[in-house]
This record gives sequence, structure tokens and C-alpha cells, in this order.
Amino acid sequence: MTPALNPLRPIRSILEFIGGLTLLLLDTFVTLPSALFSKRGRRLGWQNLWAQMDRVGVQSVPIVGLVLFCIGAILALQMAPILREYGKIDSVADVISVAIFRELGPLVSAIVLTGFAGASIAAEMGTMVVSEEIEALEAHAINPIRFLVVPRVLATTIMTVCIAIVGDTAGIVGGLSVGQFFLGIGHQQYVTHTFDILKLKDFVTGLVKAGVFGALISGLACFLGLSVTGGAQGVGSATTRTVVYTIVALITVDLIFTATFYFLGF
Amino acid sequence: MPDAAIQVLDVVKKYGTRTVLDQVRLDVFKGETLVILGGSGSGKSTLLRLMIGNVRPDGGDIVSLGKSIAGMTAPELAVYRKNIGVLFQSGALFNSMSVADNVGLPLREHTDLPEETIDIMVKIKLELVGLREHAEKMPSELSGGMKKRAGLARAIALDPQILFYDEPSAGLDPVTSAEIDQLIIDLNQKLGVTSVVVTHEMDSAFRIAHRMVLLDRGKFIVSGTPDEMKHSEDPLVRQFVHGLTEGPLTARRRGHEYVDDLLGEID
Repeated sequence: MTPALNPLRPIRSILEFIGGLTLLLLDTFVTLPSALFSKRGRRLGWQNLWAQMDRVGVQSVPIVGLVLFCIGAILALQMAPILREYGKIDSVADVISVAIFRELGPLVSAIVLTGFAGASIAAEMGTMVVSEEIEALEAHAINPIRFLVVPRVLATTIMTVCIAIVGDTAGIVGGLSVGQFFLGIGHQQYVTHTFDILKLKDFVTGLVKAGVFGALISGLACFLGLSVTGGAQGVGSATTRTVVYTIVALITVDLIFTATFYFLGF
Repeated sequence: MPDAAIQVLDVVKKYGTRTVLDQVRLDVFKGETLVILGGSGSGKSTLLRLMIGNVRPDGGDIVSLGKSIAGMTAPELAVYRKNIGVLFQSGALFNSMSVADNVGLPLREHTDLPEETIDIMVKIKLELVGLREHAEKMPSELSGGMKKRAGLARAIALDPQILFYDEPSAGLDPVTSAEIDQLIIDLNQKLGVTSVVVTHEMDSAFRIAHRMVLLDRGKFIVSGTPDEMKHSEDPLVRQFVHGLTEGPLTARRRGHEYVDDLLGEID
């Protein structure tokens, strides 16, 4: 059988891809202590981590805030007619808070970060491969995982959680604004409903998901960036694949999480 | 005979079914500047990457500074790499760091020296390559020659015993190329380092080499001093060294493959 016709070939490629990504993330996890706490790793490790947190997180706050504000407002406008029919217009706040905290806050933040940070990390790493910078790091006995991947994965993981909190808040404010100005729900009433319906587990499950999403975004970006071959075209292809694969992976992992939480009663 | 800094022992390297290096044997002696010559695809860059431990051989071994590279564990390889310096073809500077930070990176990563001492050492290294006044510039602000000099300053940051150069003159104008050659000679004489240079630029090779080897299709054809190479009777060496248009290298390219390519293989 010729390789092109072999039906096992795509399955093998997928397994190799998942295996490679898992090994990279494991390597990152194992290398993390030495990158931040060893005597020499400390010197540049924290500096690199702050720089990446600023790049990944701080700069994306306004975009995530705006997107989630709009989503909160849209949800409120979409829900209002149905809930008004049932005489439950106050429940707009309940629906929005659960939807935003459990689902949309972390997911939409992660999707925005995929475009904002994932694509940029993949392009940066790919360019470093093409310009022999990765090889130069290795030749200087500097582990690229410790020096490049650890700060990016850790920064994206931490910042996705932080950004999800910002996103959650912006989403609630978006719903509250529509409630206050268009639906006749007073802001105090809206806030009371929000706090009444939300439980700690809604908040925590959302943030756990956000952390995993962050690791997934940066892990995929680093993996695809470091696998670049073939110059500028390879860098472009890695960037595109990072965005597409990450969005598919985020939705899939989100489904797995949601199903697990559902069956566990969370 | 002087001691060997590097011994390449029957090294074989394959990429898929293609054999890039075929039972290659080579000694690099301590303190010499050895130039590895060869055309594109001859395997010379692969040989360099094997010697710095970035690629593992499929057969044979490389003994460098008394240790087998093929058998090294990751920590052993890291120790070995702290004793060598590499100048990459593009300079391979880290674009997000200034020139001074590039040169200081190996010192910050591998020594416990205080920042003040590192700053002084960085200045010394940059002065050696004539870039002290450009320390705060970013790589994107440097010319091609300056990038290579900055790469060289970074390569000598940890005072290596062996320096590897990958096409140091590639893409440079003749004057800048001559300046880089002079730097290679100076570093070899002032620091006493062993130098391995991979190139196909003959002017540069004759200026810097103590000894030369010619690699063709993954095998060494000949080894000798620059004078011996210049006066070699071997037609392949003559063609390569003198840049002749007629000879075995061009005859090989004009071989039957072209006819096959045009007409297809006819049984």
C-alpha cells in the first residue's frame, strides 16, 4: 500500500502531534522549577516571565474587556423578549452571570488570546528557528524550553486566568448596562440577582478552565513555532495552524470539561 | 604530531535514505585553524553541527576535548558546549536583546558573576571585535558584518577552547569579509583557541587556514596546507580551489540526470 493511500497515516499524524505537544508540556512542567528558582535560572527567569505576562496579558485587557462587554450586552438583549414573556425580566442577570462566569468569560478570553498571544508566540518562535536563534541557544548550552517555552506557557496560563476575571466582570457590566438603560432593571437589583445566583463553584470552574486554556494556547503556539521548517512560508503556515488548531482544541477541551462538571454535579 | 582537539571517527550521517556523511575521518589539532571546504550540499554544515552536538551521528563517533559527543548525556553536552563557541552564518543574535545583552547572556546563564563584572567582561569582548560603542544597539540596527562580529563576541563570552565558524564570510562585501578573517586570525593567535571554519569562499579560506580539507558528496577528498591545496594536481581540488568552469564537478552536473529529466527514464 502506498503511503498516500494508507488510512492509518492521518491517525498516526494526529497521535504524533498530540504526543509531541504532551511531551513539550511535560518538559515545560519539569523544567519550571529550575527556570524560576535555581540560582542561575532566577537571574533571567523572572525577568522573562514579567516581560511575557505584560506582552500576553496586560496588553490584551482592553480588547477582552470590550469583547466581553459586548457579549454581555448582546446576551441581555437576546434574552429580554423571551424572559419578559414569562414575566421574568429580572432573570436576565441570572442567565448572564452563569453563562459568563461558567462558560463565555473563560472561553471568549481564551479565543481572543489565541489571536493576540498564540499567533504572536508561534510567529516569534518560528522566526527564531529560521534565523538559527534556537540553534544558537542550544550551542550556548541554554535550554530553549527553560529559556523560551517556560516563561511563555506560565505567563499565558496565569494571564488567561486574570484576563478571564476581567472578562467576567466586563460581561456582567455589559449585561448590567443594557438592563439599566433599556430593560428597566435597576443596577442594584441586577447586582443582587447576580450575587444570589452565582456560587463559588461557578467562579472556580471557570477559572480552572481558563488556566487549562492558557496552557493549551501557549503550548500549541510554542510547539508549532518550534516545528517550523522552510523559512518565511513555514512561519506563516505555523501561525495560521496555531490559530485554527487552538480554537478547535479550546472548544473540544471546553466540551470535555463541561461534560465532566455536569456528570460530577459541579 | 600535536594533540587532537577533535577526532571525527568514521562518522556516518543520513537524512532519510540520503547519506550526507559517509565514514568521515578527521583530526583537528589544538591551536590550529582548520578550514573545511566543500560545495553546497557536500555535508560540511552537517559535519559542523555534529561537532557542536546539535545533530547526533548515525554511525561512528566524534571525540572532542577528550570526550565522545555521541555518548554524551544532556548535562554532559551542556558542559561540553560551555567550552566551545559557535558563530552562525547569520550571526544568530537574539533579536529581542541589545548587543550587550546578547554577549552577556552566556555569562548570566552559566556563571555566578555579579552584574558589574559581567558588564566589564561584555565591554572587553565587544572591544575585541570592535563593537564597544555599539553595545546598546539592537540587532536590527546593525549591518551584516557587525552582526557577525557581535555573534563572535557572544561566541567568545565564556572563553571557549574551540571556536566553530559557519560560513563566516557569506553575504559580506570583500572588505568586511577581510575584516572578519582578520578577527578569526587574531582570536586564534591572541586567545590560542582551536578554530574550525566551514566555508566555500576561497579567498577567505586561504587567508585564515593553517590546514584545509575538501569535502565532496559526504567524503573527504584531500587535506593539506593552503600551499599544497593551491598546487594540487587532483582535478576536483583544482576546479574547486581555482573556481574553474570545466572539471569533474561541472561534468557531474551535466551527467545523464539531465537527459533523464527531459525525456524520462526509458527502459
